[in-house]
Amino acid sequence: MGLLEIRDLVLSVNGRRILDGLSLDLWEGYVHAIVGPNGAGKSTLSYTIMGLEGYRDFEGEILFDGQPLRGLGVDERARRGITLGWQEPARFEGVGVRRFLQAGAKDKDPAALDEILRQVGLPPERYATRSVDKTLSGGERKKVELASIVAMQPRLVLLDEPDSGIDVESLQRIREAINLLKAAGSTVLLITHSMEVLSWAEHAFLMCCGKILDKGATDQISPYFAERCIPCSHRNVPQLDGSDTP
Amino acid sequence: MTAASDLIEFTQLHRAMKDPDVAHLVIGLNKVVSSRLVTGLHVEADEKDQGVAIRLRLDAGQRILKPVHMCFGLLQEQGIQEIEMDLDVGDDSEIHVMAHCVFPNATDVRHAMDAAIRLRPGARYTYFERHIHSPAGGIRVLPKARIELEPGARFKTDFELIEGRVGLIDIDYETTCHERSVMEMTAKISGKGDDVIKIREVGHLVGEHARGVLTSRVAVRDSARADIYNKLTASAAFARGHVDCQEIITGGGIASAIPIVEVSHPRAHITHEAALGSVDTRQLQTLMARGLSEDQASELIIAGLLS
Repeated sequence: MGLLEIRDLVLSVNGRRILDGLSLDLWEGYVHAIVGPNGAGKSTLSYTIMGLEGYRDFEGEILFDGQPLRGLGVDERARRGITLGWQEPARFEGVGVRRFLQAGAKDKDPAALDEILRQVGLPPERYATRSVDKTLSGGERKKVELASIVAMQPRLVLLDEPDSGIDVESLQRIREAINLLKAAGSTVLLITHSMEVLSWAEHAFLMCCGKILDKGATDQISPYFAERCIPCSHRNVPQLDGSDTP
Repeated sequence: MTAASDLIEFTQLHRAMKDPDVAHLVIGLNKVVSSRLVTGLHVEADEKDQGVAIRLRLDAGQRILKPVHMCFGLLQEQGIQEIEMDLDVGDDSEIHVMAHCVFPNATDVRHAMDAAIRLRPGARYTYFERHIHSPAGGIRVLPKARIELEPGARFKTDFELIEGRVGLIDIDYETTCHERSVMEMTAKISGKGDDVIKIREVGHLVGEHARGVLTSRVAVRDSARADIYNKLTASAAFARGHVDCQEIITGGGIASAIPIVEVSHPRAHITHEAALGSVDTRQLQTLMARGLSEDQASELIIAGLLS
């Protein structure tokens, strides 16, 4: 039994079917990836699992640890151990980095939080009291968000495009943070269309047009994605020719 | 305890008052109840029926780096306190003032401040005003200031009212900035119940290379109301300014903002931004995805905005 089980998930946004009968299982303690072109429905899937407003009215079933998530709010799902890192993290004027981490941290001890900041490449002496606002670069905010997720010690982490808008050095730090999460026992689901990020995962799902087309070890999925999906001339087109499955 | 010691106790000024290098002035109702001056700082105070008229001078070239503490307040439930302030900050001098305005028991109090402030060339003046009000909201606070910044002067003020109920506050600040002077005016206010918040902040950048920023951060809950009027004008070459207003409403709060920017010189430049409304959804969802309830998340976001 997976930590997260999704069965026949259907979700429409503004009358358009984004998730179209999708099913998958996430095994506990693994780093998984969902890979697919823009518009495949990857982010929508993560919002639906997290229960964001506008993404709760779905058909099918989502079970976390065997329990249905239907009807639960974002905070209730978070308290069960699910969290989400956004592609573009929010800014919080006047909220210090350490305070931001403390908000959801399991261990609120400042020394423990400072150690997490160090681990994601944000020296606490430089960052702990800075605000999580526009004075931080996109990459710095991404690392702050990851630090807050590490501090939360979640059971399932959904990371939407963790490489979006960051430099090479920061990418390495983010990879290390994901390793930290895994080492702490978290299950990670990376949402990506990047070959680099895909390579971090142990197990991958190939997604297009709201469906899971294939799943398997990352080295099985990545060649098809690189050779067929990336050059695909039908990217962002919601219709899928059923014969084009791997 | 005496009224003076009560006020000092409430504002926790003891430590600052023990330092002989720290100047202070404590006004209770219409009396100066405690004061200490430092070299170059001169204060004359006239007691009036309902308040005090204060003339404060800082000699040219004097730099007072330790903050000067001023305490205004009423511990009574009812009363009127009217402060007239005439402040003259000398050429190339520097002073930092922390004003503590405490009305912890007010049920029917009126506190008015009418200030005329002149910063001579090259002077630096920062003024941090923190209000602590009663939970009853029975207070009207009417601060008014006219500030003149002579060439090269720098003025920074922060007004903070986030403890207790606002009652009614009607801020009216107007600043004129001559060449190469710099002005920053910030107001942070949190209203609830049936509080009424009115802010009128105006800056005129009349000198070349003058700079100014008007910032408002307001949160209104319940049936509180906030009306913000920010106006910044620039009439000289290379004058630069920015108006920044953010108001968050929750419950039945009402907020309005009128940012006015007026430029009458082709080499001047002013920008403005305003955001009014509910707590940002993305911010809320981020914090809720860490396990905070919606109320906890809103409070953290509002506390940050007002910090």
